[in-house]
Amino acid sequence: MTNVRIIPCLDVTDGRVVKGTNFVDLKDAGDPVELASKYDQEGADEIVFLDITASSDRRETVFELVRRCAEEIFIPFTIGGGIRSVDDARKILREGAEKISVNTAAVQRAELISEIAAEFGTQCVVLAIDAKQSANPQCTSGYEVYVHGGRTPTGLDVVEWAQRGEEYGAGEILLTSMGRDGTKDGFDCLLTSKVSQSTNVPTIASGGVGTLDHFSQGVLEGKADALLAASVFHYGELTIRDVKNYLIECGIPVRPA
Amino acid sequence: MVKVAVLDYGIGNLRSAQKAFEILGAEAHLTADKELVLGSDGVVLPGVGNFGKCAKALTDSGVRELALLAVENDLPFLGICVGMQLLYEISDESPNAEGLGLLTGKVKLLENAPRIPQMQWNQIQVEGDSPLLRGLEDEWFYFVHSYAAEQNHLQNITIATCTYGSSVIAAVQKGSLYGTQFHPEKSGKAGQLLLQNFLKICERTV
Repeated sequence: MTNVRIIPCLDVTDGRVVKGTNFVDLKDAGDPVELASKYDQEGADEIVFLDITASSDRRETVFELVRRCAEEIFIPFTIGGGIRSVDDARKILREGAEKISVNTAAVQRAELISEIAAEFGTQCVVLAIDAKQSANPQCTSGYEVYVHGGRTPTGLDVVEWAQRGEEYGAGEILLTSMGRDGTKDGFDCLLTSKVSQSTNVPTIASGGVGTLDHFSQGVLEGKADALLAASVFHYGELTIRDVKNYLIECGIPVRPA
Repeated sequence: MVKVAVLDYGIGNLRSAQKAFEILGAEAHLTADKELVLGSDGVVLPGVGNFGKCAKALTDSGVRELALLAVENDLPFLGICVGMQLLYEISDESPNAEGLGLLTGKVKLLENAPRIPQMQWNQIQVEGDSPLLRGLEDEWFYFVHSYAAEQNHLQNITIATCTYGSSVIAAVQKGSLYGTQFHPEKSGKAGQLLLQNFLKICERTV
């Protein structure tokens, strides 16, 4: 078993952290760099920033965020949202991000993954997948890939897409259950284990975590290598230390907070 | 103020290493300028991604020659991640690429690894008493790699290992040449302490 990473996720729009339920009803939760720095101090293993309204005219705000983070965050951080080219990735990595994540643009053109991986290495390419239960017969795992922030179904099977992403050079899969996101009903462990067990790269479970038990389930049942959470941390319901101490009690290896 | 040159050869995330030294109070330059590099108190070679790609960038940027000169001048030298791997002769990742050949041996794929790459924090076991790792026994560092230096019992340069399926070389030292397979610049407080130790080595106060 790998040492499980605990990753707070900050959804950012216009330079502020927001977190919604099922991708709507956004609510402001503060300054991203300040919050990320707090998580760094508390023992977070990585930070993920998703710029959920990234568009070409907003890219400067993203670069500014990366620059500020590089000065204040001493753990790896990932930037996702609106990365459509090797140039976009280069600028973000060059300014100090450890990884970039791609989602919609990779579904539209999977070569984007291999191009970024060839230039900067597979370790810096995270394939983000938004997954939803589906009766679509093409989706043999029972889960379908959605893009455009969860608005558009693609007809792609989640497990097949994760495997293809790995073949193209993704170094990690960030798997979000849309059905669970914001619900606090726990990770979708069935979805997570399907992806984790059919790929060789690490899987980050995302969406739905609300209690300490959910974290251990993500590892033991979901077979996740890393666990991502947003609102439970942003609103102070749990601290990173609470989570890590609990996982240690459960016999799950983590870097102590 | 201690002057550190972070070698700029156009590879991925070099800024983090430079920033990390600045925050610790050093004057850190991201540079490929010969005078600046040879006039510094210590040199850092970061590196991410593919060994062959980095080796080629070293040559194309002129940094290969500069790195060898810095080591020849006995400047404290720290290779990070692929930067450490480049200190060796070759890597199975890119069999046709040449490393700097400052350390004997090769870099090979991780054996018995639960997942490849190793992408996680891991605890190091310190061997010996290297000034680079003072105060860092059993500390946790951030690793991202698929390849690692091969154990070589003829040259005893390993100063730390970690366990990932089997024992993995985490850090090496040969004279004033140092390498870490992990990323100290991304390893929180433990990483900062390591970089501080390197600055002390650069100041020749240890």
